[in-house]
Formats: sequence, C-alpha cells, structure tokens
Amino acid sequence: MKILTPMRALGSLSVLGAVLLVALILGLTAGPSGLGVGEILSVLGDRDATGPAADIVLRVRLPRVLLGALVGACLAVSGVLFQAMLRNPLADPYVLGVSGGAALGGILVLSLGSAIGLGYEAVPPAAFAGCLITTAVLYAIAGANARVSTTSLLLTGVVFNAFASAAIVFLASMAGLTEGASIFLWLIGSLSSIRTEVTGWVAMFLVLGLGSTFPLARSLNLSALGGESAEQLGVDIDRQRRVVLIASSLMVGAAVSVAGMIGFVGLIIPHLLRLILGPDHRLLIPASAFGGAAFLVVCDAIARTILDGRELPVGAITALAGGPLFLWLLRRYHQRVFS
Amino acid sequence: MTDAALCFEDVALKFGEHEILKGVSLEVPEGAVVALAGRNGAGKTTLLRVASRVLRPSSGRISIRGAPIDGFSRRDLAKELAVVPQDTPVSFPFRVIEVVLMGRSPHLGVLGFESRADVALARDVMARVGIEEFADRSILDLSGGERQLVLIARALTQEPRVLLLDEPTAHLDLAHRVAVLDLVRDFARDGRSALVISHDLALSARASDRLALLAEGRVLDCGRPADVLTPVNLMAAFGIRADVIQAPDGSPLVIPRSAASDTMS
Repeated sequence: MKILTPMRALGSLSVLGAVLLVALILGLTAGPSGLGVGEILSVLGDRDATGPAADIVLRVRLPRVLLGALVGACLAVSGVLFQAMLRNPLADPYVLGVSGGAALGGILVLSLGSAIGLGYEAVPPAAFAGCLITTAVLYAIAGANARVSTTSLLLTGVVFNAFASAAIVFLASMAGLTEGASIFLWLIGSLSSIRTEVTGWVAMFLVLGLGSTFPLARSLNLSALGGESAEQLGVDIDRQRRVVLIASSLMVGAAVSVAGMIGFVGLIIPHLLRLILGPDHRLLIPASAFGGAAFLVVCDAIARTILDGRELPVGAITALAGGPLFLWLLRRYHQRVFS
Repeated sequence: MTDAALCFEDVALKFGEHEILKGVSLEVPEGAVVALAGRNGAGKTTLLRVASRVLRPSSGRISIRGAPIDGFSRRDLAKELAVVPQDTPVSFPFRVIEVVLMGRSPHLGVLGFESRADVALARDVMARVGIEEFADRSILDLSGGERQLVLIARALTQEPRVLLLDEPTAHLDLAHRVAVLDLVRDFARDGRSALVISHDLALSARASDRLALLAEGRVLDCGRPADVLTPVNLMAAFGIRADVIQAPDGSPLVIPRSAASDTMS
C-alpha cells in the first residue's frame, strides 16, 4: 500500500531530472560537427570559452536545446492540466482551440505580413495574440462557470479549431511558394527558426504556469471523481477551472508561438507518465515538465541528424514516434476501463 | 433558528419555472440518523446538493448547529459535512487507498501530503467498511457496489460532523446493506448525525431515529418511522396502496399491494 510522500515524489523527479540531463547532453552533441561530450562539457564549464566549438555549442545548439526543453515542458504540463480539467485522459493541449487561434495569428503574419512590412520576427507575437484572443473567448464561454460542462468546452474547442483550420487553408492557398513552405513548416512544428530572445518569454510562461497550477495539484486529483464531488471536499471548482484554463492556454500559446504546432508531446507524455507513476497530479505535473522537455529535446536531436545534411521538422518526429505510442496507450486505457 | 446538527428552514429551489423544492423544513438532530424517502424526482438528492452548497436555494435557510452554511468556507463546510453520492464518474486510475485518503483533503495544507496518522485512519476506516483487501486496486476496476463502499470509506475518513448519504446501499447486496447501515448508526452514536436517502423502507426504518417523507418538493411527514410509514402517507408519497406490519423488533415493514391484489380485495 504505497502512498505518495514528498520523498517518493522527489525520488521520481530526481530520476526524471537525470533523464532530462542526459537528453540535454544528447541534444548538445547531436549535429554535423562531431563534437564529443567532453568538448561540450569543457565549453559549458569555461566562462571564457571561445573558438568554433564554443560558437557551435553556446550560440547554435544550447539556445535551441533549451528552447526545445521549454517548449516540450510547456506542452506536456498544459496537456496534463487539460486532461485533469476536462477529466479526459485523452485530451491534448490543442483540444480547446487555443492552438488554432495561435496558428491563425502566426500564419496571418507568415502569409500576409510581408505586404505590410512585417517579417518573421512578428510571427511569435501575432501567434501569441491569437492565443490570447482564443483564451478570452473560451473564458467568456466557460471559464468562470464550472457548471458549463466539459463536453460544451470540448465542443467549443473543436468548432474553434475547425474554423481556424479553414481560415489557415484559405491563407495557405493564397500564399506564394516561400510563404507556403514557411506555413507548412510552422503547421507541423519546428525548432529550426528559433530566436534566442524568445527563450526568456517561454521560460517565464512555464514558470508562471507551473507556479499557479502546481498548488492546485491535489484539488485536481479530487476533480478526477467529478467536479461536484470535489466541491463537496472543499475545492473551489470555479477558481480551479479559471486558473487551469488561463495558465495552460498561456503555456500552449507560448510554445506554439515559437515552435508551431508540435503534436503529440502534450498527449502522450502525461499519459505515459501516468502509466508509470500513477495519476497523482502532485507528481504528474512536475514529472510532465521533465518528461516533455526530455522527449522534445531527443526528438529534435533525431530531427537534426536522421538525414545527412538535411533537417526534418521536429513535429514530424514527435508524430512518427507519438502516433504508434498513442495507439498503444489508447488500447491499454480501453482495456483498463472496460476490463 | 435551532441548534440542530443540520437544519433546513423553508428551503425552496427553482430551475427556471420548475420548482424542485417548495419550502422544505427539516431538522437533523445531533446524534440522530434521519432517513429521507420519497418517489423518484421528489427532491431528495437536490436537498443533499443544497445542503452541501453545490446548489444554492432560491429561498430559505440552511444551518449547521445554528450557523448558516453560507458563512462557512468551502473547506470548513467539508469538515462539517461529507457526502456519499449515488455514484461518481471516475476518469483516472486512482487506487482505492488514494481515493479514501482524498477524504482527508479538507484537513490538509496546499499540496496536502498525508501524514502517517491520516494513512492509519484511512486503513482503519477501510477495515471497518470491509474494503481493505482491495486497497491497491484501481477504482476503475471495481464493481458498482465496491465503488459505493469506497465512497462511504472516503466520507468517513473525512471525519465530518454530519454525513449525507444518497442511496448508499443501492448497489449493495443484503449483507453489505445491513453492514453499511450499522456503520451509519455507529457514526451517529458519538453525537454526530446522518441524513440518509434510501428506497429500502424496511432497512431505513430500522436504522433511523426519524424518517422524513418527501413528496413533490415538500416534507409530507417526519417523525418516528413507525408513525410516518402509514398506508395513508405511503399513498400520498408514492401513490401506492400498501400494508404496514410490525417486524418482531417492532419496526414497520411496508408490503406494497400489487394492482392485481388491490383489485381482488
């Protein structure tokens, strides 16, 4: 009869922390220049490191690996939060349409921005604005009232995503060849055009998201047995929904704004960790941050190295790895529920 | 205003034009088990939801030992009142011990890691309810009856002053029905109270100190089960003809007449 204790939670998080560390080192070593682990560590350990190795590690790979880790963490944490809030283990961070809003904002700038003098640097802010508008709409519909059923919330997301998809198809079909390629890359999700200045923003949203929702971890456990039951155990379910909706949406918005629609991370990482560590959100939320970060960094390392001299969008790797894994998890879930 | 453990005073609730409760007044005294009976849709479950503040009444007043429930924070109310629902949706594979320990939530801090004392209490309650052997099973794997026992254990682990039970024996076999009602009686013995909805009139008459019949959103009658369970009240509450006989221990036994036997007589 094992119960989650702070020590047990710390033990599990330490293991995941070690996995993330290995993933980060792997991410830093992956690339065409053949830098070894020793060289990477000596560059990282030397404040005044200069030369080609230092340039590659500190200017090219480290920002990308760090941003990949942050994006992966944002997606996985918002995935576990949406799953908890919607009481649906198969929900993902894109299910409520926040990503659709972000995508529409980003793609508007990608396709039409050049006509009004906006470059690629305007894409993340535009995408984030799209995310904020969608979040405001969702909040107006359901955020302040937990009596609005999760089904209504999900349907709102489905409709919003469908609308955004239609608008994106329209914009993509109007776009030129170069813009079309950028839109394609953005829709599948990629870390290739990252800008280091956005790393701090994504980190800020991750910290804010984790900081505001981690204290709700226990009440999210109680919600797993129904919102009404949670209320009767002392949970302010309206406040819980508000905080989770806003915090998760902002994390999704931050991730999608800088890296596009990277799929599956927010769906399978929480689910996989739930199978290994159990459903307790006091462990699952921080564990998802580590797990999502490690998963995306490894997928990005594969995306950069699997083809000689060419790079695949990381979203293709997460989908290739995530699709079969998700089907396996889905089968296990149904076996469990209907056994 | 009374100092009853739980008191409803002229409580009404409307959903749009539909009046569910039409001025319910009912007292659950300290140390008493009060059974609540009535036909489907009479407003029984709604009354429990109003008491636990999941629903707000349109008018009237609900108080705990004289204090209006609106003055309690959610957590403080959960320390006073625990609810055993008819059933509950379960979305994640929490183990039975984890679900039972959720009952400690109102007593714990923000992240609320349970102490050894909390775990010992949960184990003790599980042993009393008879579910200790499946402590490590996923709640998703349990039958309806087993799940109901887990919810009862969770409510007892909450250590409330008042227990509200919504058909707690609906999915249980006869042995477990008796055991659960004995648990409720034991719970009320040391000054705590229980309000139990049940369609099993014989068992609730035996387990309760008072029985309230609810009909069309009003309390039709409330008092000693033997005084309330009369053919006239049963006709008014359920629309059935019934004979009421006395069991060897003096408690009333309701024997509904079938339409056929009614015609023959």
